[in-house]
Amino acid sequence: MGMAELERTALYQLHLDLGAKMVPFAGYDMPVQYPMGVMKEHLHTRAHAGLFDVSHMGQVILRPKSGNLADAALALESLVPVDIAGLKEGRQRYAMFTNDDGGILDDLMVANRGDHLFVVVNAACKAADIAHMRKHLGDRCDIEEITDRALLALQGPSAEAVMAEIAPQTAAMRFMDAAAFPSKFGELWVSRSGYSGEDGFEVSVANEQAAALARVLLEMEGVAPIGLGARDSLRLEAGLCLYGSDLDETTSPVEADLTWAIQKVRRTGGEREGRFPGAARILSELETGPKRLRIGLLPEGRAPMRAGTDLFAGETDEKPVGQITSGAFGPLIERPMSMGYVEANHGVTGTRLWGEVRGKRLPATVSDMPFRPATYKR
Amino acid sequence: MRYTEEHEWLRVEDDLVVVGISEHASTQLGDVVFVDLPEPGTEVAKDDEVVVIESVKAASDILAPLDGEIVEVNETLADNPGLVNDDPTGDAWFFKMKVEDLSALDELMDEAAYKKFIG
Repeated sequence: MGMAELERTALYQLHLDLGAKMVPFAGYDMPVQYPMGVMKEHLHTRAHAGLFDVSHMGQVILRPKSGNLADAALALESLVPVDIAGLKEGRQRYAMFTNDDGGILDDLMVANRGDHLFVVVNAACKAADIAHMRKHLGDRCDIEEITDRALLALQGPSAEAVMAEIAPQTAAMRFMDAAAFPSKFGELWVSRSGYSGEDGFEVSVANEQAAALARVLLEMEGVAPIGLGARDSLRLEAGLCLYGSDLDETTSPVEADLTWAIQKVRRTGGEREGRFPGAARILSELETGPKRLRIGLLPEGRAPMRAGTDLFAGETDEKPVGQITSGAFGPLIERPMSMGYVEANHGVTGTRLWGEVRGKRLPATVSDMPFRPATYKR
Repeated sequence: MRYTEEHEWLRVEDDLVVVGISEHASTQLGDVVFVDLPEPGTEVAKDDEVVVIESVKAASDILAPLDGEIVEVNETLADNPGLVNDDPTGDAWFFKMKVEDLSALDELMDEAAYKKFIG
């Protein structure tokens, strides 16, 4: 895709004004970093608050044709192994679209907003996700892609105090609450969530108000603009998967260690057991364990082990037992960190593995994630 | 100080060529988190990959600017890779090399030519 065809978010001019370095990402011209730089942006978010433009992500409303939200929830359950019918009004939940082979088509957030479900999907997958929902849910739901609203994320320990200046009621929200609030910038659709491992909010705002809101937020104490570079290192330090890197159409939610997202009611013996794509594989892996498993890995030295690095059980073994899918330097933990997949018997915490970096075998230890504990307000 | 098109700087100290990367290169790389240095005593040919710099973004190779022998490496960078961002043309040199003919440096860009090169 040529530069001329890249889409721009409502904050495009603001990014330029802030001196961002722009890069193509999922068809959008997006800020990868600002003059502060990736490392400082990461640490700033952990210490104060970071403002992220995530308007490239897909915002979708599912309305039940019957007028009864339970019908939309049950319809969506036919595409995800997640309890949507049991999601209470004003609450949000992590989910994933699965395919018939039990692989993951995309991961997403779903909020119950009373008379509709509000879904946020990844930018690179949004066209396919919307087509997927239209095809399978179109008879039971009206599916509306929201293109006239931007999406901002405000993350970090100062986020609560900052957001309260814009909409005071947000301070009372708990992790994964979702609600709409009036503001000087029109109605805001707010969830207490994000993808940095920090307490914070995601805020959907009308495109024409988005830059004004962002500028007001950036003027407040402790708020700095944060690019995609630090967004990636923050989510990795928090042990969170990036679709396309750590999850794809071949990885099942069980292999991806996302079983916490598959509630009992959808598992074998549950009231709404199965009846999602790939249920045979996913339910069987829940019973007997997956062949391979997503793990965290801490290299012993300072050399980062990046995506694509082969992992070996022994320093001289010929056959790899897995591969790294994300790897970077963790600015807060001050050491390199990776996640990847290994044959399940090599995935036990504390196991020493060897990553091949530029022809050299370097040791790394299988580690629990997150590498840095989350600070969600539960 | 002389510069290569690979954004390395070279300066002569005690008949050895000291090599680092330019301010421009260090800015482009972003925050440096790891520097993989060669063993002292390594014989290198021009354009051999001798150093790997890992930044928050990616790994980049530093090429030998001339034929010669690596005689000393900057061990400080192992513990403090961020020095490459803080002082790229001073304390953050990578290695010192012995070369046959110091006049080979004359063919490289001087400060003014390098400034023009990076625009």
